[in-house]
Amino acid sequence: MVNAREAAVGSGGRARASYRRRDKYVRFILPAVLVISAVIIFPWLFTLFMSLHDWQVASPRVFVGLDNYLNLVGDTRFRAAVGRTLIYAALAVALPTVIGTIAAVLFHRDFPLRGLLRSIYILPMVATPVAIALVWTMMFHPQLGVLNYLLSLVGLPPSLWVYSPQTVIPSLVLVETWQWTPLVMLIVLGGLSALPTEPLESAAIDGANSWQVFRDITLPMVLPFIMVAVVLRTIDALKAFDTIFTITQGGPGTASETINIYLYLQAFSFFRIGHASAVVVVFFVIIVAFSLTLLGVRQRMQWA
Amino acid sequence: MSIRRRPGYSRRDVIRAGAAAIAASSAVAGSSRWPALAQSTPEATPSNFNWKKYEGETIDVLLSLSPRSDILTKYQPEFEELTGIKVNADVVPEQQQRQKQVIEFTSGNPSFDVTEESWHVQKGLFGQGKFLLDLRDFLNDPEMTSPDYDFADFSAAAVAFATQPDGRIDTLPYNIDYWILYWNKELFDQKGVAFPKTFDEMLEAAKTLNDPANGVYGFVARGLKNANTPVWTSFMQGWDAKPVDDQGQLHTTEEPAVAAATLYQSLLANYAPPGVNGFNWNECQTTFGQGTAAMWFDGIGFATPLEDPSKSKVVGKVGYGLQPAGPVAQHSGTFGDGMGVSAQSSKPGPAYFYCQWATNKQNQARNLAAGAGASGRVSVYSDPAALENLTVPQEWVDTLIASGKIGLPSLPQIIPVTEFRDIFGIALTNMISGADPKQELESATEQFRPILEKSLGS
Repeated sequence: MVNAREAAVGSGGRARASYRRRDKYVRFILPAVLVISAVIIFPWLFTLFMSLHDWQVASPRVFVGLDNYLNLVGDTRFRAAVGRTLIYAALAVALPTVIGTIAAVLFHRDFPLRGLLRSIYILPMVATPVAIALVWTMMFHPQLGVLNYLLSLVGLPPSLWVYSPQTVIPSLVLVETWQWTPLVMLIVLGGLSALPTEPLESAAIDGANSWQVFRDITLPMVLPFIMVAVVLRTIDALKAFDTIFTITQGGPGTASETINIYLYLQAFSFFRIGHASAVVVVFFVIIVAFSLTLLGVRQRMQWA
Repeated sequence: MSIRRRPGYSRRDVIRAGAAAIAASSAVAGSSRWPALAQSTPEATPSNFNWKKYEGETIDVLLSLSPRSDILTKYQPEFEELTGIKVNADVVPEQQQRQKQVIEFTSGNPSFDVTEESWHVQKGLFGQGKFLLDLRDFLNDPEMTSPDYDFADFSAAAVAFATQPDGRIDTLPYNIDYWILYWNKELFDQKGVAFPKTFDEMLEAAKTLNDPANGVYGFVARGLKNANTPVWTSFMQGWDAKPVDDQGQLHTTEEPAVAAATLYQSLLANYAPPGVNGFNWNECQTTFGQGTAAMWFDGIGFATPLEDPSKSKVVGKVGYGLQPAGPVAQHSGTFGDGMGVSAQSSKPGPAYFYCQWATNKQNQARNLAAGAGASGRVSVYSDPAALENLTVPQEWVDTLIASGKIGLPSLPQIIPVTEFRDIFGIALTNMISGADPKQELESATEQFRPILEKSLGS
């Protein structure tokens, strides 16, 4: 009976059966495809579409090809925003990475109340960025803020913090560092806990001092974890918006106007939808390029 | 079961038509712009208007957070009881409210039936997009407008502000904001300085009163980009100049503009607290309220917090003075907001009832009494109920009335007004850091000109 059935189905029947199986699989993945199309692919295609138009709210839409992109090349305010974003991101990645790694090494050691202190250390990370930004805004106030009071206690002159074009970026990096160093610490601490102890023990037997152990053994072994933190921090720092917008709105003047703040103004203050969409596309390309480069570097650093 | 109406006219229809005809004939005969509304009284139109006409309906209202929206939401049950209309009021901070409005209007399906229009920022955009309903038909319809609403009570300036260039009236005047000079009487008395009546005297007073060693600064005003532009445009009025004229020509590099910018720079770079380039009105309010600034130039709506002991250290010491005169003229920078009905609303009738209630004499008097804002209604300033309930000094009301006589819109009524504020605001902020006013204005003008031209061409 089986043979008769096989004969009846034949090779074409097998193909149809396989198609039917595929058909079943398609049904399973269809919801995911639909959701991804709706929430990721469609918005992306629509952003690309908008970026090719001169489109201002309450005005007709006009196709302009690549004009929005060409305008960006000549836009000094946009170019300055790109430069500022890179400087801000470099500082906001480097400082938390260095301080976070040092903190992880310290918290990896055994000492009384370590668990409690670790918990306190990660508190900034769990707070709401806008709430934090508002508190920092008050602390930065040149006349009424607590930071200048603290400076006066140690005999230092007051600073203008976020109210001066010269000090605004370092001041914003201070907030970012305060908030995100714990994240780096947690990732690196996880890496340190996973390290084998044998190399450290043999180094101790060989008479290496603690700096040599850290530089030549711990650091190279934990580097892949630090790179994970660097990738995450880089993406976050490039995208930083909430704290900057809440504290300075890009000011004084344009002294802290990063790409995101520039983009926000174009899209939601000036309602230049086409122009803003072109900025989104360029910004996306920048973030993807950075992420891929860093992931490539990390790939080469795998020790296991 | 449905009731089919018989063809022809009922007795009620005939009465209604007759009343409308009387109102229309008086409109033709009268000389005032809104005679029909002005002359209609409850006796003349006994049965035409009914607050309960839309009983059972629900409307959504989007307001921006302010002392005025606090009053509207506080007294909302009064409206609901009067009309039987349920109100869902959404009150959000101004910046977010403005974005929400534009995004939702553009989507074609706004979530609100009623909202505010900030005339000095949104009038051009809302007019171009026809986002709000033209209310003239409602205003002229005795069935829709309460006999005691009295549209003629609004000042000509308020009505002009509420009227689009094509003649559409898409908002009812809700709030007028005049810029005034707040001054700390105690600090002035200590140094024997009189209240400045001119820009020169203001600069001189700032210089005399500036005493940073003792934590006192001569002057404070907005230095934050965008927020600071009205300070400069209001100063320009002292030279009887406008940044953009009615023909859309820019006058932002000419002598009055440069002189006003130089005055701005002199005051803020020399006599204001360090870091003023990041100050919006709230930082200015804190500085002045802490008694660390002798003068503050800003909108009139800050009397309430300045006279509140829990928020201010200068209660009873604040003077409220007119915007000083320039070399050529004396004006008061004027701004304002109206209340309108979304053009896409499916409930324009109930929504218009809300606008009418929000801008009626009683609610406008409440705003005045609380120091929450100035009214476009003339009668409010002589309303004994409002004046008896004043929670702010009489001097504030006097300055308000005097400002009304010299009020002039401070910001240009153009569509890209936000870009105007942003680009010139950056130039002004740079001036506080020492940049040359003329050069900064020239560069800002060059940047803004194509944006303005494009908006005028579209």
